[in-house]
Amino acid sequence: MKVHEYQAKEILQRYQVAVPKGKVAFSAEQAYAIAKELGGTVVVKAQIHAGGRGKGTFTDGFKGGVKLAKTADEAAEYAKKMLGNTLVTHQTGSAGKQVQKIYVTGASSIAKEYYLGIVLDRSKQMNVIMSSTEGGVEIEKVAAEAPEKILKTWIDPLLGIQPFHAREIAFGLGFTGEAFKECVKLVTALYKAHEETDSTLTEINPLILTEDGHVLALDAKMNFDDNALYRHQDIMEMRDFTEEDPLEVEASKFDLNYIKLDGSIGCMVNGAGLAMATMDVIKLEGGEPANFLDVGGGATTERVKNAFRILLSDKNVKAVLINIFGGIVRCDVIAEGVIAAAKEIGVNLPVVVRLQGTNVDKGKAMLTESGLKFAVADNLKQAAQMAVASVK
Amino acid sequence: MSILVNKDTRVLVQGITGKEGSFHTKQSLEYGTKVVAGVTPGKGGTTWEGKVPVFNTVADAVKAEGASAALIFVPPPFSADAVLEAADAGVAVIVCITEGIPARDEARVKAAIKANGARLIGPNCPGIITPGECKMGIMPGYIHKQGRVGVISRSGTLTYEAVWQLTESGLGETTCIGIGGDPVPGTSHVDALQLFNADPATEGVVLIGEIGGTSEEEAAAYIKANMKKPVVAFIAGQTAPPGRRMGHAGAIIAGGKGTAAEKMKALTEAGVVVVKSPTELGAAMMTALKA
Repeated sequence: MKVHEYQAKEILQRYQVAVPKGKVAFSAEQAYAIAKELGGTVVVKAQIHAGGRGKGTFTDGFKGGVKLAKTADEAAEYAKKMLGNTLVTHQTGSAGKQVQKIYVTGASSIAKEYYLGIVLDRSKQMNVIMSSTEGGVEIEKVAAEAPEKILKTWIDPLLGIQPFHAREIAFGLGFTGEAFKECVKLVTALYKAHEETDSTLTEINPLILTEDGHVLALDAKMNFDDNALYRHQDIMEMRDFTEEDPLEVEASKFDLNYIKLDGSIGCMVNGAGLAMATMDVIKLEGGEPANFLDVGGGATTERVKNAFRILLSDKNVKAVLINIFGGIVRCDVIAEGVIAAAKEIGVNLPVVVRLQGTNVDKGKAMLTESGLKFAVADNLKQAAQMAVASVK
Repeated sequence: MSILVNKDTRVLVQGITGKEGSFHTKQSLEYGTKVVAGVTPGKGGTTWEGKVPVFNTVADAVKAEGASAALIFVPPPFSADAVLEAADAGVAVIVCITEGIPARDEARVKAAIKANGARLIGPNCPGIITPGECKMGIMPGYIHKQGRVGVISRSGTLTYEAVWQLTESGLGETTCIGIGGDPVPGTSHVDALQLFNADPATEGVVLIGEIGGTSEEEAAAYIKANMKKPVVAFIAGQTAPPGRRMGHAGAIIAGGKGTAAEKMKALTEAGVVVVKSPTELGAAMMTALKA
């Protein structure tokens, strides 16, 4: 699960990570009031679930999702231009994302920028803290062009962060004196926040040294482990549904794993791996999948019905491919569910069904005799060919 | 021959009295697996379905019934504890089916059992089966056939797809191991490859991977240096968009890394026959074994 910058900073502050003062605003009036309260120059930042905001452009031509405002009036002016407007960055895709809230923070005088990030190193099966003196730029770019500028510090999951880890990072970034102490404190607090909130990515880019010698997290990004949200009610409440595809939100209500794509062949499959493979086979046969959808092992009537409904609400879908490996659930039971769901929903697109497993012949016969226009395939390759042919 | 489990494996089921545990215990017994004990804290002293004795702790089950492998069906918040309990009781092979365990718990458990020497399979996996001998998991038993090929996979139903082809073609399987779709699996592709490489009955290996992580790249390096048997592979997610978690917690292209293309390239360079469609796995293995 993703959260906004202001929410990530709210969490980090609970762990004593130093961040600039700021508040979220939903209107130009609020932005004005916050800027007045903070006093002096402020930064107005568009809040969307994507990076590259500063260099982004709004669809009406207004440039930059991060703006420096010298007065409260100016802050209100920028807020007005951003709110409701759609920001396109290198991470949003060409459609961009609508800005519904902005974050107003105090401006910091930057002496130097750094990078700090924590992520799971899947290969070593432990968290790694990445730090670099190359802050404020994309870390992927640094990793590709100058990997020696990224210091990696691995943390044993049973021991957690130790003081020497934090010192190694602060020395590595070249801090001295009071700033060194502040950096050690910040790194330790940041790791603790990452660990205790089950974050999967905690990124401070940039981490800054201010001209008066303090260390601050100027930006913050946190993603959380969906599997761990059950123990973080407070974080779960931060979920912003307006940032997600409405069909995906709808699917998640029925425990369906659905991801919308741009093609014309809707897929309904049991199992995530098989669902991905089905998309791949469609592409291989010359078609484009409209989605990823895992209906789960059971594929009950209720689940198939909801899946149909969601697939058909995507107007790009011109045909549906159902691929179910029966396994423990019998194919005739699955066929019954598919038929009942299709009848109830009133499906009138071409539907190609491929079943495999126990009672497969009985299941196929039921589909053929249902009076509905199911095309029944013998294998996955044939099913994909039939689906692709039906949309051409 | 086979790897990890066989006809002598004495299985205990943690969470035997739950809905899932109960259903799959029945299936395993019907398959001929020696399910010798169940564990549900608080229900010790009872008998499951009049057939299997239930114990309060794994240690009790091991002591009384000589259980050597554990099959876990407990909900995500309690899974880490269940694995640790099994490892502490000296169980050698631990299969965790549960989906939805936090990655932090998985990393801690993996680190903790390293010293203990227990082999964890999963979590978030279909389990492990040695056809005709022992079924520890949720896979449909009848699609398997005792034979010549080892199967390693991060997925469930996609594995069944491959197994079905091997069975239909008459090749059959030695052991099929589902390593699971989570970011911190107990057993990696490399771990499973090592076991199959050393198993005299296994003539070839089908390796199924998917986007996310570097398990397949590590497998490629191992194969290039050590593998004595032909390997046929398929990587799911060639059409998956970056940055999205494709059902499995571990199936995500992050920061441009973990794409199917990278994995397919690494495996091809290691001499693996990489097929673009899972429908070609059986035929490709047939050809590889003839060569």
